[in-house]
Amino acid sequence: MSLPGWKQLPIGAVILTPGSSVEYKTGEWRTLRPEIDQEKCIRCRTCWMYCPEGAIQEVEEPYKTKTGREFKLTYKVDYDYCKGCGICANECPVKAITMVEEVI
Amino acid sequence: MSKPLTVWDLPREEYLAPGHRMCQGCGAAIAFRHILKATGKDVIITMPTSCGEITSTVYPHTAWRVPWIHVAFENAAAVASGIAAGIEALKRKGFIPKDKDIKVVAIGGDGGTFDIGFQALSGTLERGDNVLYICYDNEAYMNTGIQRSGATPLGAWTTTTPVGKVWRGEWRPKKRKDLIAVAIAHNVPYAATANPAFPVDLYMKVKKALSIKGPKVIHVLSPCVPGWRIEPEKSVEVGKLAVLTGMWINYEYENGTYRVTTPVPKRKPVREYLRLQGRFRHLTDEEIKKIQELVDAEVARINKLVGKEVIGPVEG
Ligand SMILES: Cc1ncc(C[n+]2csc(CCOP(=O)(O)OP(=O)(O)O)c2C)c(N)n1
Ligand code: SF4
Ligand code: SF4
Ligand code: SF4
Ligand SMILES: [Mg+2]
Repeated sequence: MSLPGWKQLPIGAVILTPGSSVEYKTGEWRTLRPEIDQEKCIRCRTCWMYCPEGAIQEVEEPYKTKTGREFKLTYKVDYDYCKGCGICANECPVKAITMVEEVI
Repeated sequence: MSKPLTVWDLPREEYLAPGHRMCQGCGAAIAFRHILKATGKDVIITMPTSCGEITSTVYPHTAWRVPWIHVAFENAAAVASGIAAGIEALKRKGFIPKDKDIKVVAIGGDGGTFDIGFQALSGTLERGDNVLYICYDNEAYMNTGIQRSGATPLGAWTTTTPVGKVWRGEWRPKKRKDLIAVAIAHNVPYAATANPAFPVDLYMKVKKALSIKGPKVIHVLSPCVPGWRIEPEKSVEVGKLAVLTGMWINYEYENGTYRVTTPVPKRKPVREYLRLQGRFRHLTDEEIKKIQELVDAEVARINKLVGKEVIGPVEG
């Protein structure tokens, strides 16, 4: 990321691009990574609701479990931004999320 | 009353972008997400310096997908009032359609609300300006390194209420300043408390507040990982325990009527809330008993205002 000089900045340092923080990938902060077991997940929306980063995505992707349960939605972690706080794993009512150590 | 909302009523749209620098597990970040889901895109936010401000707008980026203005520590409410007046003037002059509903919301920390921005807040409420003021309360001045505020609870360790033989954390022996009572004393039509561990309730309250004309106040408890000395994955659990122990009561006030929105038929002892947090680790049984008494008194007061026992006795 290259920073502009002060003469190029808008007056008052106004930021003109809404939500531009997406350019900054906070996934690098993570030491533990949440992994969702799609077989166990009951699509309750709890992790999506509580994630401080909004890093749990709710996607219209159908999923059929091995036992034949069908779901219209799938929850996925956006690892670009997930900071690995572990709230999702702590709050998941069926313990479908495991925090595993990141290895580089 | 209309059907109670569920988690499926929360819109999928996110108006707080990821990439913000709030700590892992920050309760305020959860609160901001759901506040914005409730305001929708037609809103202007004012925010004084605070964790929320410094972490969401690290130059040259912003996490806000709605118009947002940073203001001084003292004047989030005053700037919100000015914006609300400006919108009215522009409508009068025909620059903005008269029926366009643009909401103005000030979001300040507890330092910026209970202490430093108190006078500006009082002005906004007293004049009856069409502003929603939200205090996210992490119970200290967090972004400058955990100093006590007028909202710090009894016994809590902060860097300015240290712990040793003489100092035992926050010393104020009484219940802290009651922001909702202060708001009601200004004759506001709506005031409420909320907590990001109960996002649907928070969402409902912001929606409701915005449907009412005039000044409104919502006081949001905001679990803070470094300031409360908790594990990042525990901030929602701690928020829930605050309610289950009666340390925090989710309620609303609307035109003279009080309603508890998260009833707790049987309370857990406050010890269960305190023991998860390093800021309370030093407390003796005697000191915990004093906190329990303060909570019991507040529960009794709220039950009386509601007119029935919506928060029950401590079990076990
Ligand atoms: C007049 C003034 N005094 C002090 C400061 C330094 N300052 C900036 S933010 C802050 C603490 C904010 O505390 P709070 O409002 O509780 O928000 P938090 O950071 O806890 O979320 C302080 C002391 C300032 N910016 N302006
Ligand atoms: S670990 Fe934390 S940041 Fe990552 S997805 Fe879960 S709740 Fe979100
Ligand atoms: S909290 Fe658990 S069960 Fe619910 S959607 Fe997330 S992973 Fe699935
Ligand atoms: S210090 Fe506390 S309130 Fe501030 S960003 Fe971190 S967790 Fe959130
Ligand atoms: Mg604070």
